[in-house]
Amino acid sequence: MTQQNSSPSMKTAKEVEEFARRQDTKNRLLLASPAILIITLFAAGPLLIVVLYSFLTAGDYGNVKWIFSTDGWFSVFMQRDIFDDTLQIADAHVSIFWRSIKLSLLTTVLTAAFGIPTAYFIATRPLSQRNLWLFLITVPFWTNLLVRTIAVMELIRGEGVINNVLRWAHIIDDPIQMMFTDFAIAFGMTYVYLPLMVLPVYASIEKLDFRLVEAAYDLYANRWKCFWRVILPIVKPGMIAGSILVFVPSLGAYITPRVLGGGKNLMFGNLIELQFGQGRNWPLGAALSISLMVLVMVALLYYVKVSGGDDNNEHR
Amino acid sequence: MSIASLLQRPFSVKRIPGFATIAIITFFCLYAPVIILVAYSFNAGTSLAIWEGFSLVWYQQAIANEAVQAAGLRSLALASIAATIATVAATMAGLATTRKRPFKGQTAVYTLINQPLMVPEIVTAVALLIFFAIIKVATGYQGMGYLIVAHTAFCIPFAYLPIRARLQGMDLSLERAAADLYATPWLTFKRITLPIMAPGIMAGFMLAFVISLDDVVISEFVKTPGQETLPTYMLGQLRRVVTPEVNAISSVLLAISILFVALFFFLNSRRS
Repeated sequence: MTQQNSSPSMKTAKEVEEFARRQDTKNRLLLASPAILIITLFAAGPLLIVVLYSFLTAGDYGNVKWIFSTDGWFSVFMQRDIFDDTLQIADAHVSIFWRSIKLSLLTTVLTAAFGIPTAYFIATRPLSQRNLWLFLITVPFWTNLLVRTIAVMELIRGEGVINNVLRWAHIIDDPIQMMFTDFAIAFGMTYVYLPLMVLPVYASIEKLDFRLVEAAYDLYANRWKCFWRVILPIVKPGMIAGSILVFVPSLGAYITPRVLGGGKNLMFGNLIELQFGQGRNWPLGAALSISLMVLVMVALLYYVKVSGGDDNNEHR
Repeated sequence: MSIASLLQRPFSVKRIPGFATIAIITFFCLYAPVIILVAYSFNAGTSLAIWEGFSLVWYQQAIANEAVQAAGLRSLALASIAATIATVAATMAGLATTRKRPFKGQTAVYTLINQPLMVPEIVTAVALLIFFAIIKVATGYQGMGYLIVAHTAFCIPFAYLPIRARLQGMDLSLERAAADLYATPWLTFKRITLPIMAPGIMAGFMLAFVISLDDVVISEFVKTPGQETLPTYMLGQLRRVVTPEVNAISSVLLAISILFVALFFFLNSRRS
């Protein structure tokens, strides 16, 4: 390590060291440059073009005209009446935002209701079994989202498995309409995003020192008191992390609402797509995309704060 | 002590009544739909509801379908190319951002590499749609290049994750020992660093491959009409009458994913 000495000769040593460090930074940036370049060009950079497009005028057949306009942002929440040109709240959009938030919250609550006990169950298995249970939770997560959504679809369709079993058991005569409802979307999202709740909750329960629980029992706490007062406070950061990890992709979900919600039960993601398809209003679509991105970023920043910046720990 | 309490299970501080039941139900619900989906891909009849006996007819039909063939080959080629480029870029980035004192701006590089994970897929998809629309007008190019670069970009963070984890767990004294024994930096890299990080690179490649193979949203927005990948083909089919052919393709995709994830787990669990 460097000596704490301020003689003139050491100063040059410091300079040499400084030069070496600069050289090192340059080399390592060069090494990282392909990744930096590809992501800047084909993932991060294009987001700036979206910002630009949100301030242009919609073209007649899609795309844009290069005339500055705030109409795109204006129509996120407002619209002009076709007949008397008065300003109104865009009811259709507001109801889609509301559905997105409502269904995302519902999904978060449902994944928590099933995911927290599951995470607890896994964390209290003997060490030798734990990896297997974790593997079983992780596998569905890495399999195709569309395939898992189709699996849910075949379960709840009019001629799907659930309706057939119910009809076979003579519980119902006519199939229950489950597809193309808000229920279907929430059910599907709960199914596909469940592992995102289980994994962070598991990570925090695994760290739980069960001697604390023992101590609580010794002090005459009953099971529920022990759960609410000892286990829950310790597991809370994991639960918040899991909730955000579920809420964020739910809010931006596109495939699940498209397949299970049909054409009418739109969510945020589908509204964006609509502007680039039939809607032919690219500036509005761009403005909606930026809005969604900002919402998600805020949630993720909160997540980083709660989880204590998982990735910065190494530099301490 | 009453008899009833003697018959109960021994008291455990870890047990919370009902949690095990909910967990078992959760595991059942997680796998039942997928198992049903696979089961009906072997159904002899057209129905997705009535079991008419075991048959491979839907697999045969899917394989004979030229649209499925083309989409399948395109998906495989795309995943191979994108995952390879992404893994090379991620390996280099991994070497640059670990093992030594963090350089100035390393946090920014790290954030940038993980950026595709932070932004909703639909937003990235729309951004690329706009960006590529501009390029298409300017150059007239309509080929697979768009899909390849888009997939490469969002595969990089997935390849980077296990590579970085592997390098962080590495014993640095080995590299120093090699240098002490007069190995050149290149020889040290080839004989020490690369073999140690190899499982991480393999794991990263497989993760990137699966992620590319499974992608729907970005492919759907970026593809030129006619350039269907397997998932976008399936998404298109859902608009029409769904036959067990979709189940057959789904089952194949499931099998590939599960195989790769199992291998990934195996590689990752064998830490030195």
